[in-house]
Amino acid sequence: MSDAIVTALLELADDHLVLGHRLSEWCGHAPMLEEDLALPSMGLDLIGAARVLYTRAGEIEGKGRGEDDFAYLRDERAYRNCLLVERPNGDFAQTMLRQLYFAAFMEPYWKAALGSSDAVVQGLAAKALKEVAYHIRHSAEWVIRLGDGTAESAARMAEAVVELHGYTDELFLSSEAAQAAEAAGILPGRAALRTAWEAALKPVFAEAQLDWPEKVWPQSGGRKGEHGEALGHMLAEMQVIARAHPGAVW
Amino acid sequence: MYSQGLIGADGRTEEDEAFLAAFQARIDAEEKIEPKDAMPEGYRKTLVRQIGQHAHSEIVGMLPEGNWITRAPSLRRKAALLAKVQDEGGHGLYLYSAAETLGVTREQMTEELLSGKAKYSSIFNYPTLTWADIGTIGWLVDGAAIMNQIPLCRCSYGPYARAMIRVCKEESFHQRQGYEIVMTLARGTEAQKAMAQDALNRWWWPSIMMFGPHDAESAHSEQSMAWKIKRFSNDALRQKFIDATVPQAEFLGLKVPDPDMAWDESLNDGKGGYRHGPIDWDEFWRVVKGGGVMNRDRIKARRKAWDEGAWVREAAQAHAEKRAARRAGEDAGGKVAAE
Amino acid sequence: MAEATRLWEVFIRPRNGLSHRHVGSLHAADEVLALQAARDVYTRRGEGTSIWVIPSDAITASDPDHAAEMFDPTADKIYRHPTFYDIPEDVGHM
Repeated sequence: MSDAIVTALLELADDHLVLGHRLSEWCGHAPMLEEDLALPSMGLDLIGAARVLYTRAGEIEGKGRGEDDFAYLRDERAYRNCLLVERPNGDFAQTMLRQLYFAAFMEPYWKAALGSSDAVVQGLAAKALKEVAYHIRHSAEWVIRLGDGTAESAARMAEAVVELHGYTDELFLSSEAAQAAEAAGILPGRAALRTAWEAALKPVFAEAQLDWPEKVWPQSGGRKGEHGEALGHMLAEMQVIARAHPGAVW
Repeated sequence: MYSQGLIGADGRTEEDEAFLAAFQARIDAEEKIEPKDAMPEGYRKTLVRQIGQHAHSEIVGMLPEGNWITRAPSLRRKAALLAKVQDEGGHGLYLYSAAETLGVTREQMTEELLSGKAKYSSIFNYPTLTWADIGTIGWLVDGAAIMNQIPLCRCSYGPYARAMIRVCKEESFHQRQGYEIVMTLARGTEAQKAMAQDALNRWWWPSIMMFGPHDAESAHSEQSMAWKIKRFSNDALRQKFIDATVPQAEFLGLKVPDPDMAWDESLNDGKGGYRHGPIDWDEFWRVVKGGGVMNRDRIKARRKAWDEGAWVREAAQAHAEKRAARRAGEDAGGKVAAE
Repeated sequence: MAEATRLWEVFIRPRNGLSHRHVGSLHAADEVLALQAARDVYTRRGEGTSIWVIPSDAITASDPDHAAEMFDPTADKIYRHPTFYDIPEDVGHM
């Protein structure tokens, strides 16, 4: 039972760390200085949430593992994030759409998690709810501007939808671990959030003059550790120093 | 972080004596100069150049540390480093904002950086090779920056002084996070200790050079001091930095890579200080003028971000125009309906 | 030469009960992006509870060359200040 809870918390933590890491890759390379500040703000929110979740998972597990053990010493087959968050940044349109897809899912998720039976999850939900509301606002404004901007930006935005929409289905799937966590009242269910997610996104798509994709090939596998090829490279980079010096303190 | 100061600044003015004397009297009375005030053209130009160099240094300075955000060895370090590099972007922005009050645009300043016309601090043209470099930059480079920036909080030009107050307030954590990293390494495994010493060996001299040429060689310093753009000489600040830093290195059990470094009673008006060995000014000028290991890569990275972001900026602009047009249309429609 | 993105002046209310205060400027194509940028640029350490952004070119400022005629004439109106009036100390605080 507690194994399943740990796994479910790690799934959620990995989503946040991997996406936070992706956003951190932009720092110093954004299209304008103002975005060099905006992207790390979101990244720091996500990394912060991941740290809380890893730490909680370690406490429940009771084997003395802490946040860095989970982040730095698991390989890609052990990572449990969904495929959406590991997608490479692509261009600014893809980064913003990926953010919007994820944040629009996490808002109703955290809202439901306010009723968690776990005090740590509940506390995190209250904090993360505010953060994610801002992530939606920021990424949606950009999706609208790029979708309804120039011919080039509209084409790139449409391409981002093609690129990413197929990865959104996995957000609504609950692994066995997640189902156990739901049954225990610790984490909310996922499938029921689709209505809220679509309701949040469709007006943004309309304003951005983007078509809502009717037919996509859904991709999943992250919750089983079956990732795309990009994650291994990301983790190799992220973990290189920690792995090269086993046991060292930083 | 910090500007090299006044490389190539030209403080010459052609205004008449009475005007210059009146302006100097305001400066001497510690009055702040504000954006629309009458000011000698040389004063304006010197500030545009210095604030611009300072801003560029912050922006280019994001790159060497940004190089390690994705490899920071713990989540605590990762968050702190990301926040720090983000702050540097913010500091660049505050400084561009201050420079823009003098009638130059950010776009102009960016073009000058990307074309190589504008300079930035030579320190950022060195590569960050190990994690210890991140700690050492925080400790030495931010430490040197703070020495320079605290007096700039009292600079005679109001917007620059106000930007610096904000920067200094935010930077107080930067040097501490750096020193904490180095301290952790110095108390760590043999490999970590060696990493810390190696980083100090590579960053010490470039940090010392950050204060700029010796006073005797610093052509434009005198005018800047008179205008209270600059409050202390390069050598005075360098000495202050060395005196503060050498004991910090000793505390860590690390060795400053200067065989001539020795306590000298006669320095600092007889209060004593650390006398340093000769500085390799050839290297300094080579790096300032574009011959450092990373000069080309740094500018290339900035140019890439700028060029690849062009379509985003254009889209935002196009959307803003559409919105404005729609709003104007709605207003006009509303009026017609009301009539 | 790149086209200039609009410049905005940013004002922050540090906490309720205080006025908004000018903190600096930034670039953004429109008011929505300007407001969001102001949040990330100027309130990363909890500096504010409210933000105003105003296009820089919408501000009308007094000319420093007219400072003498604008502001000096008030200097001799000392009767506007409480210390101008002699009240015996025995009266107490007034």
